[in-house]
Amino acid sequence: MANDPTHQFLVNKIVPIEIGGIDFSFTNASLFMVASAAVASGFLYMTTSQRGIIPSRLQSVSEMSYEFIASMLREGAGSGGMKFFPMVFSLFMFILTANLLGMMPYFFTVTSQIIVTFALALFVIGTVVLYGFYKHGFGFLKLFVPHGVPGALLPLVVAIEIISFLSRPISLSVRLFANMLAGHITLKVFAGFVASLGTLGALGIGGAILPLIMTVALTGLEFLVAFLQAYVFAVLTCMYLNDAIHPGSH
Amino acid sequence: MSATAAKAESIPFKIAQAETTTETHDAAPAGDAHGAAPAGELHTETGVAHGEEHGSGVFPPFDASTFPSQLLWLAITFGIFYLVMSKVIVPRIGSILETRHDRIAQDLDEASRLKAEADNAISTYEKELADARAKGNVIATEAREAAKAKADAERLKNEESLNGKIAAAETRIAGIKEKALADVGAIAEETAAAVVEQLIGGKTTKAEISAAVKAAAK
Repeated sequence: MANDPTHQFLVNKIVPIEIGGIDFSFTNASLFMVASAAVASGFLYMTTSQRGIIPSRLQSVSEMSYEFIASMLREGAGSGGMKFFPMVFSLFMFILTANLLGMMPYFFTVTSQIIVTFALALFVIGTVVLYGFYKHGFGFLKLFVPHGVPGALLPLVVAIEIISFLSRPISLSVRLFANMLAGHITLKVFAGFVASLGTLGALGIGGAILPLIMTVALTGLEFLVAFLQAYVFAVLTCMYLNDAIHPGSH
Repeated sequence: MSATAAKAESIPFKIAQAETTTETHDAAPAGDAHGAAPAGELHTETGVAHGEEHGSGVFPPFDASTFPSQLLWLAITFGIFYLVMSKVIVPRIGSILETRHDRIAQDLDEASRLKAEADNAISTYEKELADARAKGNVIATEAREAAKAKADAERLKNEESLNGKIAAAETRIAGIKEKALADVGAIAEETAAAVVEQLIGGKTTKAEISAAVKAAAK
């Protein structure tokens, strides 16, 4: 079981809580959700406590992440999208911190649970749908009717648009979940090779060098993926919000 | 209800037992859990728990029994995180960046104001310089002309006085010349009388000599 690559995704109860017959225990997943939120907000809070006109290094990290998301949102959804800035910024920082914390050995990766990424994706799509109807009423449905399509093709195109809209929460959540899951499994498998080859004597130790190099390289790649997936999630959130703000524009 | 409560209570215990079972598995993979079993009922129960976790065949991320707890805790943590971000962090970083932008804009304004001042000072200075130069030229021209006029006037005066002196000298010379010319006849008569006396030895009258001299001078 030590070599079981899916063992790291097991959810274990720390404080059992049950309400109305449903299990709401505080688990290792909950612990690392709390840790991600605490680390991210703690970092942002502490580094900006000086409020320096000339920023310290860590303060400029916080400012850079702020401006990074701000420019992403402004480009993706226009200046009308800036009211969603706290939401996109929270999503990005939370996912990024959860991904990076998950890279620590023995740490649980919150974003490797499909239910977590799906909930975050539904939160985004739900915001898009609610804001779209609130702002444009039924004009929001123009989203499904692209301009300049010949009348005969229109039903087909509208059907495709609706399917693609409905698949958004799935693609958004599965992308993040599958990337984190696959990366962690691959790392575990290659690291497992190092350990099992190492027990086979001198030849095995020599042979273990290859998976060891692979593990080191994959670790680097996984840090990149951890950042990239948080970035992709934020970018797609901006694009979907753009649909809610300007539904007829594509 | 009571059955589920009992199950919930036994769960951490089951996990602990499952981990110990794992260790014994690694040490003796020959199925110690099923073979030895001196603890009887308790051990078989942990065996079942172990079987439930893995034997259900559910890949851990797809284990639906963990979903309610994950959703609840995600809602709580992400909700609080979102509130902290929107109420504290975003306004804070926003104000830091705004203060900095304002400060930079203010400094740029100040710099352009100072530059405008410097430009004004330079143009004023150059204007004054040009004025002073023009004034200097005027003064120099005036002085030159005044000096020239004075020199001309002096020259004229000198010329006049010199002309006067020349005229006086010329009249004097003319007077002297006339007088000298007037004296020439007398001198010639005297000389002629003396020459005649020496040559002839006889006396001649003045009238004769004078007539002779006049005849000779003609």
